[in-house]
Amino acid sequence: MTILTQLKEQITAQLPKLDMVIGWERGYDALHATPLFMRSVEDVERLQIGPLAVHNTATYLTGLKNKKVGLVVKGCDSRAVIQLQQEGLINRENVVVFGFPCDGVVDLTKLRHHIGDIGRVKEVKASSSELQLTLDGQEQQVTLADVLADKCTRCRFPNALVHDHFAGAPREAHAASDDYADVQAFESQPLEARFEHWKQEMSRCIRCYACRNACPMCVCRDHCVAQSRDPHWVTQEDAVREKWLFQVIHAMHLAGRCVECGECQRACPVDIPILALKRKLNKEIKEVFNHDAGVDPNAIPPLLSFQVEEENINERGW
Amino acid sequence: MAEAKFIANDKLTAWLDELSATMRVLAPARQGDAVVFAPYVAGQNVELGQEATAPPKSAVFPASEDLLRYDYRKNPEDLGQVDVELFPTITPEPTLVFGSRPCGARGFLIFDRVYDGAKYKDPYYLARREATVFATIACLQTENACFCHSVGSAPGDATGSDLLLTPLDDGYAVEAVSKKGEALLGSSLLAAGKKKAAQAKKLREQALKDMGEPQDFGPAKDKLLALFDDMGFWEDVSAKCISCGACTYLCPTCYCFNITDENAGLTGRRVRSWDNCMSFQFTLEASGHNPRPTKAHRLKNRVGHKFSYYPALHEGIIACCGCGRCIKSCPVSVDIREIVTKAMAHEPPAVEEAAK
Ligand code: SF4
Ligand code: SF4
Ligand code: SF4
Ligand code: SF4
Ligand code: SF4
Repeated sequence: MTILTQLKEQITAQLPKLDMVIGWERGYDALHATPLFMRSVEDVERLQIGPLAVHNTATYLTGLKNKKVGLVVKGCDSRAVIQLQQEGLINRENVVVFGFPCDGVVDLTKLRHHIGDIGRVKEVKASSSELQLTLDGQEQQVTLADVLADKCTRCRFPNALVHDHFAGAPREAHAASDDYADVQAFESQPLEARFEHWKQEMSRCIRCYACRNACPMCVCRDHCVAQSRDPHWVTQEDAVREKWLFQVIHAMHLAGRCVECGECQRACPVDIPILALKRKLNKEIKEVFNHDAGVDPNAIPPLLSFQVEEENINERGW
Repeated sequence: MAEAKFIANDKLTAWLDELSATMRVLAPARQGDAVVFAPYVAGQNVELGQEATAPPKSAVFPASEDLLRYDYRKNPEDLGQVDVELFPTITPEPTLVFGSRPCGARGFLIFDRVYDGAKYKDPYYLARREATVFATIACLQTENACFCHSVGSAPGDATGSDLLLTPLDDGYAVEAVSKKGEALLGSSLLAAGKKKAAQAKKLREQALKDMGEPQDFGPAKDKLLALFDDMGFWEDVSAKCISCGACTYLCPTCYCFNITDENAGLTGRRVRSWDNCMSFQFTLEASGHNPRPTKAHRLKNRVGHKFSYYPALHEGIIACCGCGRCIKSCPVSVDIREIVTKAMAHEPPAVEEAAK
């Protein structure tokens, strides 16, 4: 039995006890999957998993507080569930998690680098090692490894870390550790160059806040500091200063909470590489507190706890 | 109109250099992995091969603009009395939008009925609109998310543009659509192009054929209204929406705005900025009440506005140019075509049922 068939069986069996189960289905074209809200057995038939099922299903959880929700999760999605649980933002009893071994997802921006305009792809066949695309009447092969999201090439947790049902056999991790080499490489540049980079990148931000709303850990939502009108913390200007301020706030609020699902960056319609900001803060959190977000349901995020003496901070010795 | 012209590929940059010497030229430029309209700098590469990520909306309707500046002045004789001095700021710059697609240029026809209507005239909008010229590139290959032909347009539609350029192997056929456009054809870099124009017309017609059968969204006007109170329908179609604003900010026809006073001490600016009906703050009232409290209400507003309320006020014209940006840039691939189609197919519960 394939993993997909097994998942469908598990979901069908649980569906009567749940308001809905969230997974993925084919979207408006062959390249775009879209979140699927399954409420009936017919809906379950449409379920798809695989390298195009990019969305983090846990993003919807806090918006469905009083419902019984089933979630189909990849490893990174499951980390968001754990993190939300750690912070008491969801009631774990109301959530049924369906996990499966994840082989990684495609970064459509990277795919664009390989095939040019991705807007006209008519057909996609995905195997475990490549994508076969039909574009302008021609078939093209793309090696999956070339277009996998960066988060997947360094993924330590491809199997759901928390689950009530699991389909298939757990797979090996894609990587043993994450040394934040990308962050270090960026940090080796002079300060001015780094600031210039961000000024340039942020200049095309359209202040749509897709980065915020796609983030499973952004839970202020309607009351976000970036849009609150009273007090009016951030101006309505289309200025780099305001956009940058928001990104810094987002990153700070995610320090030690960000599960690096990459949804913020994927959602950005103008492809601003904002995951780097969150990775930078997670790197610091790792160094200081030795904490990984969304791994252990019983852990407490360091910035949500207080200890008189932190192990890695020599507070009294100065 | 003037005779059709032709610009060879290797002369295009020189032409843009020439044009940008006399006015601001906004052209699609690659920034990172996105293509956005940015002020053209002589010699720079323009990205004409694909539809820009963001439309040229801000050329006429900036994401934020000062409506006026103000200074508060304390009266030295009577410190309790504060005067305010206002400085209006209408400063349109002559602008050429080069290389937008028909949908991007056509978006302003939707704006015109609102900001240049019989009842209201918006001086800020009018000044910019008057100062802006559109040199549009016809689409010969359309994308999966495109549906301009279903909302009364076409990939080679010139309405709303001043010049229409059609890509040929060796350059572009350049045809004037308006007097404003005609005035741009004086350059010696342009060759005569009558034959090229005939060839271009064929290509544009083929592109329209390639799009397949258009969908008829006309019946959506009444169907959407009939569904207004059916929140079950709206909750269903909005379930996956994450209520960001990407769809509205990227939409060439979304024209809602917000006005805020941005103060700094005794001076400030009254700023008009894009608003977005997918945001909770959109209709949040000072009392705290919000008539559109959930994403379902808000998505209903977006779809309803474009396919029902606007057409009801404006001779059936749909306030969507079919550019597909809200579909392809939506983080979760919400498809507005699908929602409207579902609404049109929706059968209200039988009368007896509803009466119960
Ligand atoms: S990060 Fe890991 S779990 Fe997440 S999509 Fe990539 S491979 Fe799958
Ligand atoms: S900040 Fe970005 S990467 Fe981190 S949890 Fe939120 S969406 Fe995921
Ligand atoms: S998603 Fe991108 S464009 Fe939108 S607010 Fe975030 S950074 Fe800006
Ligand atoms: S439809 Fe898509 S782009 Fe628009 S608010 Fe919803 S999720 Fe965001
Ligand atoms: S509603 Fe969507 S398709 Fe229509 S004009 Fe706006 S962005 Fe384009």
